Amino acid sequence: MLCQRCQQRPATVHFTQVIGGDKTEYHLCDQCAQEKGDLLSKAAQAFSFNSWNPFQFNQLLSGLLNMESSPGFSSPPLTQLRCDHCGLPYSQFTKTGRFGCPHCYDSFEARLEPMLRRIQSNTTHTGKVPLRAGGQVKVKKELQRLRRELQQAVSLEQFEHAARLRDEIRRLEQQLEE
Amino acid sequence: MSLGEFLQRATSPWMREGGPQDDIVLTSRVRIARNLEGVPFPQLETDSHANQVIERVATALNSPAMRKLGDFELVRCSNLTPLDRAVLVEKHLISRDLAEEARHGAVALRQDEVISIMVNEEDHLRIQCILPGMRVDEAWRLANTVDDALESELTWAFHERLGYLTACPTNVGTGIRASVMMHLPGLVISGQINRLLSAVSQVGLTVRGLYGEGSEAAGNLFQVSNQVTLGESEQEIIQNLTGVVLQLIDHERAARKALLQANREALEDRVCRSFGILAYARRMDSKETLQRLSDVRLGIDLGIIKGVSSRILQELLVMTQPAFLQKYFGQELSPEERDVRRAALIRERLRLDDMEVRG
Ligand SMILES: [Zn+2]
Ligand SMILES: [Zn+2]
Repeated sequence: MLCQRCQQRPATVHFTQVIGGDKTEYHLCDQCAQEKGDLLSKAAQAFSFNSWNPFQFNQLLSGLLNMESSPGFSSPPLTQLRCDHCGLPYSQFTKTGRFGCPHCYDSFEARLEPMLRRIQSNTTHTGKVPLRAGGQVKVKKELQRLRRELQQAVSLEQFEHAARLRDEIRRLEQQLEE
Repeated sequence: MSLGEFLQRATSPWMREGGPQDDIVLTSRVRIARNLEGVPFPQLETDSHANQVIERVATALNSPAMRKLGDFELVRCSNLTPLDRAVLVEKHLISRDLAEEARHGAVALRQDEVISIMVNEEDHLRIQCILPGMRVDEAWRLANTVDDALESELTWAFHERLGYLTACPTNVGTGIRASVMMHLPGLVISGQINRLLSAVSQVGLTVRGLYGEGSEAAGNLFQVSNQVTLGESEQEIIQNLTGVVLQLIDHERAARKALLQANREALEDRVCRSFGILAYARRMDSKETLQRLSDVRLGIDLGIIKGVSSRILQELLVMTQPAFLQKYFGQELSPEERDVRRAALIRERLRLDDMEVRG
Protein backbone atom coordinates (compact mmCIF):
# COMPACT_ATOMS: atom_id res chain seq x y z
CA MET A 1 0.00 0.00 0.00
CA LEU A 2 1.25 3.47 -0.87
CA CYS A 3 1.27 6.36 1.54
CA GLN A 4 -1.98 8.33 1.32
CA ARG A 5 -0.20 11.63 1.53
CA CYS A 6 2.80 11.43 -0.81
CA GLN A 7 1.66 8.45 -2.92
CA GLN A 8 5.34 7.55 -3.30
CA ARG A 9 6.66 5.59 -0.38
CA PRO A 10 5.07 2.48 1.13
CA ALA A 11 2.67 3.17 3.98
CA THR A 12 4.16 1.92 7.22
CA VAL A 13 2.13 3.81 9.81
CA HIS A 14 -1.46 2.70 10.10
CA PHE A 15 -3.99 4.00 12.49
CA THR A 16 -7.63 4.57 12.94
CA GLN A 17 -9.08 7.72 14.33
CA VAL A 18 -12.39 7.30 16.09
CA ILE A 19 -14.32 10.43 16.89
CA GLY A 20 -17.89 10.10 18.05
CA GLY A 21 -18.35 6.79 16.29
CA ASP A 22 -16.84 7.96 13.01
CA LYS A 23 -13.78 5.99 11.99
CA THR A 24 -11.13 7.39 9.71
CA GLU A 25 -8.26 5.26 8.51
CA TYR A 26 -4.81 6.63 7.89
CA HIS A 27 -2.01 4.96 5.98
CA LEU A 28 1.19 6.96 5.87
CA CYS A 29 4.87 6.40 5.28
CA ASP A 30 7.25 7.03 8.17
CA GLN A 31 8.39 10.30 6.74
CA CYS A 32 4.94 11.74 6.13
CA ALA A 33 3.72 10.56 9.50
CA GLN A 34 6.65 12.38 11.02
CA GLU A 35 6.38 15.50 8.92
CA LYS A 36 2.71 15.73 9.44
CA GLY A 37 3.45 15.43 13.13
CA ASP A 38 0.02 14.01 13.32
CA LEU A 39 -1.21 13.66 16.82
CA LEU A 40 -2.86 10.37 16.27
CA SER A 41 -0.04 8.65 14.42
CA LYS A 42 1.95 9.39 17.53
CA ALA A 43 -0.87 8.07 19.62
CA ALA A 44 -0.58 4.72 17.92
CA GLN A 45 3.03 4.50 19.03
CA ALA A 46 2.65 6.15 22.39
CA PHE A 47 -0.10 3.80 23.50
CA SER A 48 2.18 0.86 23.09
CA PHE A 49 3.81 -0.52 26.05
CA ASN A 50 7.49 -1.18 26.04
CA SER A 51 9.16 1.84 24.53
CA TRP A 52 6.61 4.14 26.06
CA ASN A 53 7.70 7.54 24.92
CA PRO A 54 6.54 10.15 27.39
CA PHE A 55 7.27 12.97 25.01
CA GLN A 56 5.05 11.70 22.22
CA PHE A 57 2.53 10.68 24.72
CA ASN A 58 2.32 14.09 26.30
CA GLN A 59 1.91 15.64 22.91
CA LEU A 60 -1.01 13.36 22.32
CA LEU A 61 -2.66 14.14 25.59
CA SER A 62 -2.14 17.85 25.50
CA GLY A 63 -3.53 17.71 21.98
CA LEU A 64 -6.65 16.05 23.26
CA LEU A 65 -6.88 18.41 26.17
CA ASN A 66 -6.42 21.49 24.09
CA MET A 67 -9.21 20.29 21.86
CA GLU A 68 -11.37 20.41 24.94
CA SER A 69 -10.47 24.00 25.59
CA SER A 70 -11.12 25.07 22.04
CA PRO A 71 -13.66 27.86 21.41
CA GLY A 72 -17.21 26.92 22.20
CA PHE A 73 -16.24 24.96 25.27
CA SER A 74 -17.46 27.02 28.19
CA SER A 75 -15.92 26.39 31.60
CA PRO A 76 -14.14 28.34 34.29
CA PRO A 77 -10.72 29.61 33.20
CA LEU A 78 -8.17 26.81 33.18
CA THR A 79 -5.68 28.76 35.23
CA GLN A 80 -7.87 28.65 38.31
CA LEU A 81 -8.49 24.94 38.33
CA ARG A 82 -6.39 22.95 40.79
CA CYS A 83 -6.60 19.64 42.59
CA ASP A 84 -7.70 20.54 46.11
CA HIS A 85 -5.76 17.59 47.47
CA CYS A 86 -2.30 17.67 45.88
CA GLY A 87 -2.48 21.20 44.46
CA LEU A 88 -1.67 20.14 40.89
CA PRO A 89 -2.87 22.89 38.51
CA TYR A 90 -4.99 21.60 35.66
CA SER A 91 -2.73 23.52 33.29
CA GLN A 92 0.16 21.30 34.35
CA PHE A 93 -1.84 18.18 33.67
CA THR A 94 -2.46 19.41 30.14
CA LYS A 95 1.32 19.69 29.69
CA THR A 96 2.46 16.42 31.25
CA GLY A 97 -0.63 14.26 30.74
CA ARG A 98 -0.21 12.93 34.23
CA PHE A 99 -2.17 13.48 37.39
CA GLY A 100 -0.62 14.34 40.73
CA CYS A 101 -2.63 12.10 43.01
CA PRO A 102 -5.63 9.78 43.02
CA HIS A 103 -7.91 12.69 44.04
CA CYS A 104 -7.13 14.55 40.83
CA TYR A 105 -9.71 12.30 39.15
CA ASP A 106 -12.42 13.86 41.31
CA SER A 107 -11.00 17.38 41.22
CA PHE A 108 -10.94 17.44 37.40
CA GLU A 109 -13.94 15.19 36.88
CA ALA A 110 -15.91 17.52 34.60
CA ARG A 111 -12.99 17.93 32.20
CA LEU A 112 -12.00 14.32 32.38
CA GLU A 113 -15.26 12.90 31.06
CA PRO A 114 -15.01 14.07 27.44
CA MET A 115 -11.37 13.06 27.31
CA LEU A 116 -12.05 9.58 28.67
CA ARG A 117 -14.78 9.17 26.10
CA ARG A 118 -12.17 9.84 23.43
CA ILE A 119 -9.35 7.66 24.67
CA GLN A 120 -11.27 4.82 26.36
CA SER A 121 -14.17 2.68 25.20
CA ASN A 122 -16.41 3.71 28.06
CA THR A 123 -16.26 5.79 31.23
CA THR A 124 -17.29 3.11 33.71
CA HIS A 125 -14.98 0.41 35.01
CA THR A 126 -16.37 -3.10 34.59
CA GLY A 127 -13.33 -5.15 35.50
CA LYS A 128 -11.63 -6.36 38.64
CA VAL A 129 -12.49 -4.86 42.01
CA PRO A 130 -9.93 -4.91 44.83
CA LEU A 131 -10.54 -7.53 47.50
CA ARG A 132 -10.02 -4.99 50.24
CA ALA A 133 -12.29 -2.12 49.22
CA GLY A 134 -14.20 -4.61 47.16
CA GLY A 135 -17.19 -5.72 49.22
CA GLN A 136 -18.99 -2.38 49.13
CA VAL A 137 -18.07 -1.65 45.55
CA LYS A 138 -19.32 -5.02 44.40
CA VAL A 139 -22.66 -4.44 46.09
CA LYS A 140 -22.97 -0.99 44.53
CA LYS A 141 -22.18 -2.34 41.08
CA GLU A 142 -24.75 -5.08 41.55
CA LEU A 143 -27.27 -2.43 42.63
CA GLN A 144 -26.60 -0.40 39.48
CA ARG A 145 -27.15 -3.47 37.38
CA LEU A 146 -30.36 -4.41 39.16
CA ARG A 147 -31.76 -0.88 38.82
CA ARG A 148 -31.15 -0.97 35.09
CA GLU A 149 -32.81 -4.35 34.88
CA LEU A 150 -35.75 -3.05 36.93
CA GLN A 151 -36.29 -0.15 34.56
CA GLN A 152 -36.28 -2.52 31.65
CA ALA A 153 -38.68 -4.92 33.34
CA VAL A 154 -41.08 -2.06 34.09
CA SER A 155 -40.95 -0.76 30.55
CA LEU A 156 -41.68 -4.26 29.25
CA GLU A 157 -44.52 -4.57 31.78
CA GLN A 158 -42.93 -7.65 33.36
CA PHE A 159 -44.30 -6.75 36.76
CA GLU A 160 -43.65 -10.02 38.58
CA HIS A 161 -40.00 -9.90 37.60
CA ALA A 162 -39.89 -6.20 38.56
CA ALA A 163 -41.24 -6.95 42.01
CA ARG A 164 -38.57 -9.57 42.59
CA LEU A 165 -35.90 -7.11 41.44
CA ARG A 166 -37.26 -4.41 43.76
CA ASP A 167 -37.02 -6.76 46.76
CA GLU A 168 -33.47 -7.67 45.85
CA ILE A 169 -32.58 -3.99 45.51
CA ARG A 170 -34.06 -3.21 48.95
CA ARG A 171 -32.10 -6.07 50.47
CA LEU A 172 -28.81 -4.85 49.01
CA GLU A 173 -29.54 -1.25 50.01
CA GLN A 174 -30.04 -2.37 53.60
CA GLN A 175 -26.82 -4.37 53.43
CA LEU A 176 -24.96 -1.23 52.35
CA GLU A 177 -26.37 0.83 55.22
CA GLU A 178 -25.24 -1.70 57.83
CA MET B 1 21.10 -15.84 43.19
CA SER B 2 22.49 -12.30 43.14
CA LEU B 3 21.44 -9.63 40.71
CA GLY B 4 24.95 -9.71 39.32
CA GLU B 5 24.28 -13.23 38.15
CA PHE B 6 20.92 -12.18 36.74
CA LEU B 7 22.65 -9.65 34.59
CA GLN B 8 25.54 -11.83 33.56
CA ARG B 9 23.23 -14.50 32.38
CA ALA B 10 22.48 -14.09 28.72
CA THR B 11 18.87 -15.16 28.69
CA SER B 12 16.08 -15.27 31.21
CA PRO B 13 15.15 -18.79 32.30
CA TRP B 14 11.71 -18.45 30.70
CA MET B 15 13.36 -17.79 27.35
CA ARG B 16 14.84 -21.28 27.41
CA GLU B 17 11.42 -22.83 27.81
CA GLY B 18 9.00 -23.12 24.95
CA GLY B 19 5.30 -22.38 24.81
CA PRO B 20 2.25 -22.90 22.63
CA GLN B 21 2.64 -21.49 19.09
CA ASP B 22 6.15 -20.36 19.90
CA ASP B 23 7.20 -20.63 16.28
CA ILE B 24 5.23 -17.40 15.80
CA VAL B 25 4.52 -15.93 19.22
CA LEU B 26 7.78 -15.24 21.02
CA THR B 27 6.38 -13.89 24.28
CA SER B 28 3.16 -12.97 26.01
CA ARG B 29 3.22 -10.20 28.54
CA VAL B 30 0.77 -8.58 30.91
CA ARG B 31 1.47 -5.48 32.90
CA ILE B 32 -0.90 -3.96 35.44
CA ALA B 33 -0.60 -0.51 37.00
CA ARG B 34 -1.44 0.01 40.65
CA ASN B 35 -1.11 2.96 43.02
CA LEU B 36 -1.21 3.29 46.78
CA GLU B 37 -4.16 5.06 48.29
CA GLY B 38 -3.42 8.45 49.85
CA VAL B 39 0.06 8.84 48.35
CA PRO B 40 0.76 11.31 45.52
CA PHE B 41 1.70 9.67 42.20
CA PRO B 42 5.46 9.35 41.56
CA GLN B 43 5.49 12.59 39.55
CA LEU B 44 4.67 14.62 42.69
CA GLU B 45 6.24 12.34 45.26
CA THR B 46 8.60 13.83 47.82
CA ASP B 47 11.71 11.83 48.72
CA SER B 48 10.00 10.63 51.85
CA HIS B 49 6.88 9.53 49.96
CA ALA B 50 9.00 7.63 47.47
CA ASN B 51 10.96 5.88 50.20
CA GLN B 52 7.74 5.07 51.97
CA VAL B 53 6.40 3.41 48.81
CA ILE B 54 9.56 1.31 48.42
CA GLU B 55 9.45 0.29 52.09
CA ARG B 56 5.81 -0.68 51.88
CA VAL B 57 6.50 -2.75 48.77
CA ALA B 58 9.41 -4.42 50.59
CA THR B 59 7.08 -5.31 53.46
CA ALA B 60 4.44 -6.62 51.05
CA LEU B 61 7.06 -8.81 49.32
CA ASN B 62 7.72 -10.41 52.70
CA SER B 63 4.07 -11.15 53.38
CA PRO B 64 3.05 -14.82 53.51
CA ALA B 65 0.89 -14.36 50.39
CA MET B 66 3.82 -13.04 48.34
CA ARG B 67 6.32 -15.54 49.76
CA LYS B 68 4.09 -18.28 48.44
CA LEU B 69 4.72 -16.89 44.96
CA GLY B 70 8.50 -17.19 45.22
CA ASP B 71 11.64 -15.27 46.12
CA PHE B 72 11.79 -11.68 45.01
CA GLU B 73 14.81 -9.44 45.10
CA LEU B 74 14.09 -5.73 45.43
CA VAL B 75 16.76 -3.36 44.10
CA ARG B 76 16.82 0.40 43.87
CA CYS B 77 17.83 1.66 40.44
CA SER B 78 20.28 4.07 42.03
CA ASN B 79 22.21 1.02 43.26
CA LEU B 80 22.62 -0.25 39.71
CA THR B 81 25.06 1.08 37.12
CA PRO B 82 23.53 2.68 34.01
CA LEU B 83 24.79 -0.34 32.03
CA ASP B 84 23.06 -2.82 34.36
CA ARG B 85 19.86 -0.83 34.08
CA ALA B 86 20.14 -0.87 30.29
CA VAL B 87 20.58 -4.65 30.35
CA LEU B 88 17.35 -4.98 32.34
CA VAL B 89 15.61 -2.85 29.71
CA GLU B 90 16.97 -5.06 26.92
CA LYS B 91 15.65 -8.11 28.73
CA HIS B 92 12.21 -6.40 28.88
CA LEU B 93 12.25 -6.59 32.67
CA ILE B 94 12.02 -2.85 33.28
CA SER B 95 11.00 0.10 31.12
CA ARG B 96 13.36 2.63 29.63
CA ASP B 97 11.60 5.25 31.73
CA LEU B 98 12.41 3.47 34.95
CA ALA B 99 16.02 2.97 33.89
CA GLU B 100 16.64 6.51 32.73
CA GLU B 101 14.13 8.87 34.33
CA ALA B 102 12.78 7.58 37.61
CA ARG B 103 14.36 9.43 40.53
CA HIS B 104 13.33 6.85 43.07
CA GLY B 105 12.83 3.82 40.90
CA ALA B 106 13.20 0.29 42.14
CA VAL B 107 12.47 -3.14 40.75
CA ALA B 108 11.51 -6.41 42.37
CA LEU B 109 12.43 -9.47 40.32
CA ARG B 110 11.43 -13.02 40.91
CA GLN B 111 14.31 -15.44 40.44
CA ASP B 112 12.97 -16.85 37.19
CA GLU B 113 12.38 -13.32 35.82
CA VAL B 114 8.81 -14.20 34.89
CA ILE B 115 7.51 -11.64 37.38
CA SER B 116 8.94 -8.17 37.75
CA ILE B 117 7.47 -5.31 39.72
CA MET B 118 8.57 -1.79 38.87
CA VAL B 119 8.27 0.67 41.73
CA ASN B 120 7.94 4.45 41.38
CA GLU B 121 7.86 4.47 37.62
CA GLU B 122 4.91 6.46 36.25
CA ASP B 123 2.73 4.63 38.77
CA HIS B 124 3.69 3.38 42.22
CA LEU B 125 3.68 -0.21 41.01
CA ARG B 126 3.72 -1.88 37.65
CA ILE B 127 3.33 -5.63 37.95
CA GLN B 128 4.63 -7.47 34.90
CA CYS B 129 4.41 -11.13 33.96
CA ILE B 130 6.15 -12.40 30.85
CA LEU B 131 5.92 -15.93 29.47
CA PRO B 132 7.19 -17.62 26.31
CA GLY B 133 4.73 -18.50 23.56
CA MET B 134 1.06 -17.70 23.33
CA ARG B 135 0.22 -17.65 27.02
CA VAL B 136 -1.35 -14.24 27.49
CA ASP B 137 -4.25 -15.64 29.50
CA GLU B 138 -1.84 -17.41 31.84
CA ALA B 139 0.23 -14.22 32.14
CA TRP B 140 -2.92 -12.33 33.14
CA ARG B 141 -3.89 -14.94 35.72
CA LEU B 142 -0.42 -14.80 37.21
CA ALA B 143 -0.41 -10.99 37.33
CA ASN B 144 -3.84 -11.16 38.91
CA THR B 145 -2.50 -13.49 41.61
CA VAL B 146 0.44 -11.17 42.31
CA ASP B 147 -2.01 -8.26 42.55
CA ASP B 148 -4.15 -10.13 45.09
CA ALA B 149 -1.08 -11.15 47.09
CA LEU B 150 0.27 -7.59 47.23
CA GLU B 151 -3.15 -6.39 48.25
CA SER B 152 -2.90 -8.44 51.43
CA GLU B 153 -0.54 -5.68 52.60
CA LEU B 154 -1.29 -2.67 50.40
CA THR B 155 -4.42 -0.63 49.78
CA TRP B 156 -4.86 0.41 46.18
CA ALA B 157 -6.22 3.73 44.97
CA PHE B 158 -9.57 2.67 43.57
CA HIS B 159 -12.54 4.68 42.34
CA GLU B 160 -15.99 3.18 42.35
CA ARG B 161 -16.81 4.29 38.84
CA LEU B 162 -13.38 4.66 37.22
CA GLY B 163 -11.69 1.61 38.71
CA TYR B 164 -7.98 1.50 39.53
CA LEU B 165 -6.58 5.02 39.43
CA THR B 166 -3.38 5.59 37.51
CA ALA B 167 -1.13 8.58 36.98
CA CYS B 168 -2.17 8.69 33.37
CA PRO B 169 -5.83 8.46 32.29
CA THR B 170 -4.90 6.16 29.39
CA ASN B 171 -4.32 3.38 31.96
CA VAL B 172 -7.23 4.05 34.30
CA GLY B 173 -9.83 1.35 34.97
CA THR B 174 -8.21 -2.05 34.72
CA GLY B 175 -4.68 -0.63 34.48
CA ILE B 176 -3.91 -3.56 32.20
CA ARG B 177 -1.67 -3.64 29.16
CA ALA B 178 -1.50 -7.09 27.60
CA SER B 179 0.82 -7.65 24.70
CA VAL B 180 2.03 -10.40 22.46
CA MET B 181 5.30 -10.32 20.55
CA MET B 182 4.93 -11.95 17.15
CA HIS B 183 7.39 -12.97 14.44
CA LEU B 184 5.55 -12.47 11.15
CA PRO B 185 8.05 -12.87 8.29
CA GLY B 186 5.53 -14.68 6.07
CA LEU B 187 3.09 -11.80 6.15
CA VAL B 188 5.83 -9.23 5.59
CA ILE B 189 7.48 -11.05 2.66
CA SER B 190 4.13 -11.70 1.00
CA GLY B 191 3.12 -8.06 1.44
CA GLN B 192 -0.01 -8.77 3.44
CA ILE B 193 1.13 -7.23 6.68
CA ASN B 194 -0.13 -3.67 6.23
CA ARG B 195 -3.62 -4.74 5.39
CA LEU B 196 -3.80 -7.01 8.42
CA LEU B 197 -2.32 -4.50 10.79
CA SER B 198 -4.76 -1.80 9.83
CA ALA B 199 -7.57 -4.31 10.40
CA VAL B 200 -6.16 -5.02 13.85
CA SER B 201 -6.15 -1.34 14.74
CA GLN B 202 -9.90 -1.27 14.06
CA VAL B 203 -10.67 -3.52 16.96
CA GLY B 204 -9.09 -1.53 19.76
CA LEU B 205 -5.62 -3.01 19.52
CA THR B 206 -2.29 -1.36 18.81
CA VAL B 207 0.42 -2.90 16.68
CA ARG B 208 3.90 -1.64 16.37
CA GLY B 209 7.28 -2.85 15.28
CA LEU B 210 9.25 -4.04 18.26
CA TYR B 211 12.56 -2.63 17.16
CA GLY B 212 13.43 0.35 15.06
CA GLU B 213 12.04 3.84 14.86
CA GLY B 214 8.34 4.45 14.65
CA SER B 215 6.44 1.59 13.15
CA GLU B 216 9.27 0.15 11.08
CA ALA B 217 9.49 -3.44 12.15
CA ALA B 218 13.08 -4.57 12.03
CA GLY B 219 13.31 -8.35 12.23
CA ASN B 220 9.63 -8.72 11.32
CA LEU B 221 8.77 -8.53 15.00
CA PHE B 222 5.50 -6.95 16.01
CA GLN B 223 3.95 -6.21 19.32
CA VAL B 224 0.17 -6.41 19.49
CA SER B 225 -1.45 -4.91 22.60
CA ASN B 226 -4.72 -3.58 23.92
CA GLN B 227 -5.34 0.13 23.70
CA VAL B 228 -8.35 0.61 25.94
CA THR B 229 -8.17 -0.01 29.70
CA LEU B 230 -11.53 1.36 30.86
CA GLY B 231 -14.99 -0.01 30.07
CA GLU B 232 -13.90 -3.54 29.24
CA SER B 233 -13.12 -6.20 31.82
CA GLU B 234 -9.68 -7.80 31.99
CA GLN B 235 -11.13 -11.03 30.60
CA GLU B 236 -12.70 -9.19 27.67
CA ILE B 237 -9.44 -7.43 26.94
CA ILE B 238 -7.49 -10.70 27.03
CA GLN B 239 -10.10 -12.50 24.92
CA ASN B 240 -10.14 -9.77 22.30
CA LEU B 241 -6.36 -9.81 22.07
CA THR B 242 -6.23 -13.61 21.99
CA GLY B 243 -8.83 -13.81 19.24
CA VAL B 244 -6.93 -11.41 17.03
CA VAL B 245 -3.55 -13.01 17.69
CA LEU B 246 -4.87 -16.47 16.81
CA GLN B 247 -6.14 -15.10 13.50
CA LEU B 248 -2.79 -13.49 12.80
CA ILE B 249 -1.11 -16.82 13.55
CA ASP B 250 -3.36 -18.58 11.00
CA HIS B 251 -2.62 -15.94 8.37
CA GLU B 252 1.10 -16.21 9.05
CA ARG B 253 1.07 -20.00 8.71
CA ALA B 254 -0.91 -19.77 5.48
CA ALA B 255 1.48 -17.14 4.13
CA ARG B 256 4.52 -19.32 4.89
CA LYS B 257 2.95 -22.29 3.16
CA ALA B 258 2.02 -20.23 0.12
CA LEU B 259 5.54 -18.79 -0.12
CA LEU B 260 7.06 -22.26 -0.07
CA GLN B 261 4.69 -23.48 -2.76
CA ALA B 262 5.05 -20.45 -4.99
CA ASN B 263 8.80 -20.13 -4.95
CA ARG B 264 10.75 -22.51 -2.80
CA GLU B 265 14.13 -21.64 -4.35
CA ALA B 266 13.72 -17.93 -3.66
CA LEU B 267 12.80 -18.56 -0.07
CA GLU B 268 15.60 -21.09 0.45
CA ASP B 269 18.08 -18.71 -1.11
CA ARG B 270 17.00 -15.87 1.12
CA VAL B 271 17.18 -17.98 4.26
CA CYS B 272 20.50 -19.67 3.46
CA ARG B 273 22.11 -16.43 2.32
CA SER B 274 21.23 -14.86 5.66
CA PHE B 275 22.52 -17.92 7.46
CA GLY B 276 25.82 -17.67 5.58
CA ILE B 277 26.19 -14.02 6.49
CA LEU B 278 25.48 -14.62 10.16
CA ALA B 279 27.92 -17.53 10.20
CA TYR B 280 30.81 -15.71 8.51
CA ALA B 281 30.40 -11.92 8.57
CA ARG B 282 32.93 -9.86 10.52
CA ARG B 283 30.71 -6.83 11.12
CA MET B 284 27.02 -6.77 11.88
CA ASP B 285 24.93 -3.74 12.76
CA SER B 286 21.76 -4.20 14.82
CA LYS B 287 19.37 -3.71 11.98
CA GLU B 288 20.95 -6.25 9.66
CA THR B 289 21.31 -8.65 12.57
CA LEU B 290 17.57 -8.52 13.20
CA GLN B 291 16.74 -9.09 9.55
CA ARG B 292 19.17 -12.01 9.13
CA LEU B 293 18.06 -13.61 12.39
CA SER B 294 14.47 -13.35 11.24
CA ASP B 295 15.33 -15.13 7.97
CA VAL B 296 17.24 -17.87 9.79
CA ARG B 297 14.45 -18.40 12.28
CA LEU B 298 12.01 -18.73 9.39
CA GLY B 299 14.38 -21.25 7.80
CA ILE B 300 14.46 -23.26 11.03
CA ASP B 301 10.65 -23.19 11.31
CA LEU B 302 10.28 -24.37 7.71
CA GLY B 303 12.85 -27.15 8.05
CA ILE B 304 15.28 -25.54 5.60
CA ILE B 305 17.94 -25.11 8.29
CA LYS B 306 18.44 -28.00 10.67
CA GLY B 307 20.47 -28.46 13.80
CA VAL B 308 20.20 -24.86 14.93
CA SER B 309 18.13 -24.19 18.01
CA SER B 310 14.91 -22.33 17.30
CA ARG B 311 15.67 -20.30 20.41
CA ILE B 312 18.48 -18.62 18.56
CA LEU B 313 16.34 -15.68 17.46
CA GLN B 314 15.09 -14.97 20.95
CA GLU B 315 18.53 -15.39 22.53
CA LEU B 316 20.45 -13.34 20.03
CA LEU B 317 17.79 -10.62 19.96
CA VAL B 318 18.70 -9.88 23.54
CA MET B 319 22.40 -10.71 23.47
CA THR B 320 23.21 -8.53 20.48
CA GLN B 321 21.68 -5.38 22.00
CA PRO B 322 24.20 -2.65 22.86
CA ALA B 323 24.13 -2.90 26.67
CA PHE B 324 24.18 -6.66 26.64
CA LEU B 325 27.17 -6.79 24.32
CA GLN B 326 29.08 -4.44 26.57
CA LYS B 327 28.13 -6.48 29.61
CA TYR B 328 29.14 -9.70 27.88
CA PHE B 329 32.52 -8.42 26.76
CA GLY B 330 33.01 -6.54 30.02
CA GLN B 331 33.90 -3.20 28.49
CA GLU B 332 32.49 -0.05 27.00
CA LEU B 333 32.30 -0.32 23.20
CA SER B 334 31.85 2.30 20.49
CA PRO B 335 29.16 1.56 17.88
CA GLU B 336 31.86 0.39 15.40
CA GLU B 337 33.43 -1.89 17.99
CA ARG B 338 30.00 -3.21 18.83
CA ASP B 339 29.41 -4.23 15.21
CA VAL B 340 32.62 -6.27 15.25
CA ARG B 341 31.86 -7.88 18.61
CA ARG B 342 28.27 -8.54 17.62
CA ALA B 343 29.43 -10.47 14.55
CA ALA B 344 31.86 -12.43 16.72
CA LEU B 345 29.20 -13.25 19.28
CA ILE B 346 26.79 -14.48 16.62
CA ARG B 347 29.46 -16.73 15.06
CA GLU B 348 30.27 -18.08 18.50
CA ARG B 349 26.62 -18.80 19.24
CA LEU B 350 26.09 -20.57 15.91
CA ARG B 351 29.09 -22.78 16.58
CA LEU B 352 27.37 -24.02 19.76
CA ASP B 353 24.82 -25.81 17.64
CA ASP B 354 25.67 -28.57 15.24
CA MET B 355 24.48 -26.65 12.27
CA GLU B 356 23.57 -28.09 8.94
CA VAL B 357 21.85 -26.59 5.97
CA ARG B 358 19.47 -28.80 4.08
CA GLY B 359 20.16 -29.65 0.48
ZN1 LIG C 1 4.27 9.62 2.44
ZN1 LIG D 1 -4.38 15.68 43.00
